[in-house]
Amino acid sequence: MESKLHGHAHKYGKNVDTDVIIPGKYCNIIDPVELGKHALEGLDPQYTARMKPGDIVVADTNFGCGSSREVAPIALKGSGTAAVVAKSFARIFYRNALNIGLPIFESAAAVDGIESGDEIEIEAAAGIIRNVTKGTNFRAAEFPPFMQSLIAAGGLVPYVERRLAERSPA
Amino acid sequence: MGMTLTEKILARHAGLDHVEPGQIINAKVDLVLANELSAAVAIKVMRQIRGADRVFDASKIALVADHFVPAKDAQSASIAKLMKDFAGEQEIEHFFDVGRGGIEHVVLPEEGLVAPGELIVGGDSHTCTYGAFGAFATGMGSTDIAAAFVLGEVWLKVPASIKLVYSGTPGTMVYAKDVMLRTVGELGIDGATYRAMEYHGSTVDELPITGRITMANMAIECGAKNGIFHADEKTIAYVRERTNRDFIVEKADPDAAYERTIAIDVGQLEPQVACPHTPDNVHPISEVVRDDLRVDQVFIGSCTNGYIDDLRVVAGILQGKTIAPNLRVIVNPGSQKVWMQAADEGILSTLAAAGCAVNTPGCGACFGGHMGTLGDGERAISTTNRNYVGRMGSPKAEIYLASPATCAASALSGKITDPRTVEHLEWTPTRERAGSRGTTVSLIESN
Ligand code: SF4
Repeated sequence: MESKLHGHAHKYGKNVDTDVIIPGKYCNIIDPVELGKHALEGLDPQYTARMKPGDIVVADTNFGCGSSREVAPIALKGSGTAAVVAKSFARIFYRNALNIGLPIFESAAAVDGIESGDEIEIEAAAGIIRNVTKGTNFRAAEFPPFMQSLIAAGGLVPYVERRLAERSPA
Repeated sequence: MGMTLTEKILARHAGLDHVEPGQIINAKVDLVLANELSAAVAIKVMRQIRGADRVFDASKIALVADHFVPAKDAQSASIAKLMKDFAGEQEIEHFFDVGRGGIEHVVLPEEGLVAPGELIVGGDSHTCTYGAFGAFATGMGSTDIAAAFVLGEVWLKVPASIKLVYSGTPGTMVYAKDVMLRTVGELGIDGATYRAMEYHGSTVDELPITGRITMANMAIECGAKNGIFHADEKTIAYVRERTNRDFIVEKADPDAAYERTIAIDVGQLEPQVACPHTPDNVHPISEVVRDDLRVDQVFIGSCTNGYIDDLRVVAGILQGKTIAPNLRVIVNPGSQKVWMQAADEGILSTLAAAGCAVNTPGCGACFGGHMGTLGDGERAISTTNRNYVGRMGSPKAEIYLASPATCAASALSGKITDPRTVEHLEWTPTRERAGSRGTTVSLIESN
């Protein structure tokens, strides 16, 4: 995870589901950049036109509910979205985002304290979310220890490689 | 302290005597599933894992091409080919291409790949369907599936369980779908996030396997990690007909700890409808019909309601009748086997005669992939499980979710209709129909 993220906020409501993050008809696309052209299309068709790489999606509760499609966080990442800050995440999206390296942060206070267009700075490792426009700071919920070790290992792929190495009688 | 059904299965697969909610475990998997959407990325990720040339056990992997088949375009065809080539290279025998399988969640139980007490992960959120058979089953994304392909194990956080206790006998034209829609309405789409839903009570004991499938399938619509039923004689008979594999039937301990217990009496339940644009926006049919809602499309199928029992209900309502003018009715039997059974029973020709388009088994219109996508301003009533904006195509379309009976009744009038107000005959494959098939065959032979 990059240590410092910096961009403008695009704020949405509750239950942003995977069907609007990346509609089903695009799910046969594999290339992240191509997928990224359709990120959030079902909710906000102007998102990709308005956003700049580095921008941050801010949303209410249950972000990413619905299907298990990993192309949902991949599309967001592919669009250049640097992170998602939400009050809570749906279970599969949470796993997928961490697995593919899309930074996500859980903080109800931050979501309430950010408006669309605000300039945001995030210190990823420390989980500190700064609203530069309003001059306020928030702290994201800590990842559980196991998730921290996964993130520290660099995601699930290195973790699997380590497990495999442990098993083979080298 | 005792354990819930989910905790028991997870503990055994983690090689532990006891697990508790919140605990992170490494659990062995009995089956790993992927469809085109998840397999394409999972295979790519697996190729990036150093030291991972082979899957952990080719007999414990199932690949199903169901979302974009028959291939809707060149890109989809390439993904199906990627799966086929991967299956060949890894000697995975459970690869189901179009014409051999159907919707993953319909196919796997049919093929005897799901049994009580097993732990199944799939690259599809409706993997939770297999909870109908007393298995722990949950959906994951492609990277997790790639890891499971290679390791044969997954890391999981043990979920707390919610106990749902159903009582009462559903009235006429009230089905498992209505019971489940009500449940989603009560809990909300994040009401069971990170939780297991454990279904209990006399109502679900009485349900046929297909009814339990419908209910387990929609556990994810409450955000749940899994939904699970206790296996009983019906479950065991179903599974035994399809596999000789040993399995262990687990039971929740009498002193298991549940986070919440919710009692639902279905005795007075009306048919239910989930209105746009979330599956928890559920209302009784009597309220919905007041709005006199015309529909452009009726869709019958999916892993929720694409089973033979569902098609029999629809055929019982549509036989000898014609669907409303200016309406499309699209039927996707859930699997090749369901399709053949429906053909043998005369259901497919009955539905076609009524004006329905009968598709080859697959997901098709359910997720707006192809074969029945909705246009701007259109309204559909569907037996599927999700009605989010854009789910079936245009973000300017409206989707109502209901039982096969409610959808069939609506097909007759072209409006969302209470199935209790239409004539319904018990579907019986007639002697005459079987005879006419015989005649056709002998005519061909004598030519
Ligand atoms: S039928 Fe629909 S819900 Fe079921 S697996 Fe296919 S797309 Fe998903």
